[in-house]
This record gives sequence, C-alpha cells and structure tokens, in this order.
Amino acid sequence: MMRAAVVGGSGYIGGELLRLLLGHPNVELAAAVSRRLGGRRVDGVHPNLRKVTDLTFCGEDELDSYDVLFLATAHGSTMSLLPRLAGTATVIVDLAGDFRLTDAGDYERHYGTAHAAPELLGEFVTGMPEMARERLRTADRISVPGCMATAAILALRPLAAASLIDPDVVIDARTGSSGSGAAAGEHNLHAERSGAMRVFAPAGHRHEAEIAQACGVRPTMTATGVEAVRGVQVLCRATLRDGADERTVRRAYRTHYADEPFVRVVAQRRGAYRLPEPKILTGSNFCDVGFAVREENRQILAVAALDNLVKGGAGNAVQALNIRMGWPETLGLGFPGLHPV
Amino acid sequence: MTTACPECDNGLTVGSGTRLSEILECGDCRSELEVVSVEPLILAIAPEAEEDWGE
Repeated sequence: MMRAAVVGGSGYIGGELLRLLLGHPNVELAAAVSRRLGGRRVDGVHPNLRKVTDLTFCGEDELDSYDVLFLATAHGSTMSLLPRLAGTATVIVDLAGDFRLTDAGDYERHYGTAHAAPELLGEFVTGMPEMARERLRTADRISVPGCMATAAILALRPLAAASLIDPDVVIDARTGSSGSGAAAGEHNLHAERSGAMRVFAPAGHRHEAEIAQACGVRPTMTATGVEAVRGVQVLCRATLRDGADERTVRRAYRTHYADEPFVRVVAQRRGAYRLPEPKILTGSNFCDVGFAVREENRQILAVAALDNLVKGGAGNAVQALNIRMGWPETLGLGFPGLHPV
Repeated sequence: MTTACPECDNGLTVGSGTRLSEILECGDCRSELEVVSVEPLILAIAPEAEEDWGE
C-alpha cells in the first residue's frame, strides 16, 4: 500500500481527495492536515465520511514521510509551503494555482502577485492525463489544472490540435458554489447565493492563461456562479477555418478521445441530455465534451461539463497518481455519477 | 450489413432482417434513422418533432 497525506484536508477539494483516497485499493490515507481543525475528526467537517474513517486532522509540523503528498491549499500558499514540505514525499501533487503556469510573468499577470518560487515552475507536469500522460509516468511534481480550465481545455484541444478553429475563442463558464471553496464569505450566504446567476468574472478570468498555454488559443473568458453546488459547464465559441464542417469536427473529437477512459463525446440529436450537462456527472471523474456547428456563419460552439471537485480537481489528481504509479488509470474512480439526481 | 450514419458517419451494423421504414438509432449522434431502401441499404434521417424550451 502506498502512504498518502493531504494538506488542506478540510476544504471541499481536500474532502473530495479524502473520499477518493479512502476508497482507493492501493492507497493508505495516512494523514490529513488542517491548520484550523488539528485534533478534530475528519468526519466532523466531511460528514459523508462517517464510518469510513476515524482519522483526525493533524498539523503540518506532524507530517513525517509519505509516498505521495497532495496539496489542496489556497491559491498562493503552496509556493511558500513547497520548499518546507518537499522532503516529506517522493511525489507531490498540487491542486492550487501556483504551479499551473510555466512562466512567472504570466503568473504575476493573472494572479496579481509575484511568484515566490519561480525556479520550481519548470519542475511541474500538468496533472491532466489527456494532455500529459507520457510525462506523468515519471513525474514527481504534478500540478492539477483549474476546474473551468480543465473543462475548456478538454473542449478545445481536439479542435486546436486539428487546426479546425481560428485562435480567438470566447468562453462562457458556469460554476456551482463549491468552486468558491469552504471558506467563502458573506456573499455566499444561502440568502444571497440561492437563485442568483452571478457574473463574478465579467471581463476575464485567470484560467484564461492555462487554456492559452494548453491549447495555443487566445481565450476571452467570463464566469458565472449558478444555482448548483457542484458542476462546471463551459460554452466555447470559435470560428471554423475553411474546410472544417460538422463532420470533420465530429471526427476530430472521436479520434482525439477514442482511448480516453474519462472523456465522452456527447453531441446527440435527441434527448434531454444531448449536450454535456454537469448535473449527471456529480461525483464522477467523467468530463463530457460536445459541440454544435452553425455552418452559415462558420461558428462552432464547443461544450464541456464536469464535476468541479472531481475531474476538475481531486479526481484528476488521483487519475494522475494512477498513471505515475503504473496502476490501472481508472483505479478508485469508477463511480459513474447519478441519474436522476 | 454495415453502413454509415448519414448524419455523423458513424459505422452502423444492421441486422439482415431489416425492413423498409424501420427506425434505427445511431449509437454516436443518437439520430433516429429510417430505412428508406433495403437493397441497397439506404438510411435517412427520420422526421422528428423538436422540443422548444425557450418560448
């Protein structure tokens, strides 16, 4: 059994990591760190884990030695934590935004602060198997992309790789409230949030940088908080290049994702779920991608949906770990979602 | 018999007992397809009533 520890275990992404690791047949969850809840039971803050674990949160200074360390801490904190914790594990998987971009200047532009450890940026491999599987097999530093970025990248990469679209892409992302984190403030009170469709990033979002880096496109992104707890859906609008039509687009998606265990092409003519819908992906590691083409003006709408806490975070991290360890890629990630839900 | 979906080019295998006017479903784009000829086998998009959720 491989020993794993999670730093930032009391948050929503951290809780999802604990859930997945506790169900993983090859992993022993040895420690969960919380600055706020040291000494308290894990199932106190994650009640879905009652009778699954008796683990209590520990402090960062109580960590010893692990095979893998997951960092599910706030953006901006892992880059200062990492030098201290680097010696505690062979493999480190970061789920914050600190090591997603390869360029320190890009980081400062999109996160509004200078990077504290720019010399480490080049050490990290993107924790998205669909674009970095071979590099993940030997990676000791893995950085999992953002949830909305993951959805947009999976929607756009087949089109960009096959040169089917012009580089300018407009992305409309919608996200559930868990994307705001477990420490969200008064603006996320139920009375304020329920029923709202809050455009919280009207003129750009920092995930643009990850999407540009991964796909070679020029994204303009907006993000809206909607009436859901989990789930991300992105609508990506682009212009098709000459020669591209609905059939070449479908062929590109089909070919690109033919062997991917967790990406499904959903662009159907009939039914209530004809395009990707996050509702039925709750708790699963699937990302559904689809498209619609309007040939009269050469516009394409690429759509992707996922659970922001699973394929958009913890599930992607576990999938990357499976690859790194040479285990079956789907190990511990078999839950297919619920319907109806 | 094998053929391709007229909507998305997905390969389809059709049973030998297929009849004229039979409705099939493409496993990829989920279009409803009507058998408009058996010899040779020709499929066409079946007429469909669209939902209208936005009015």
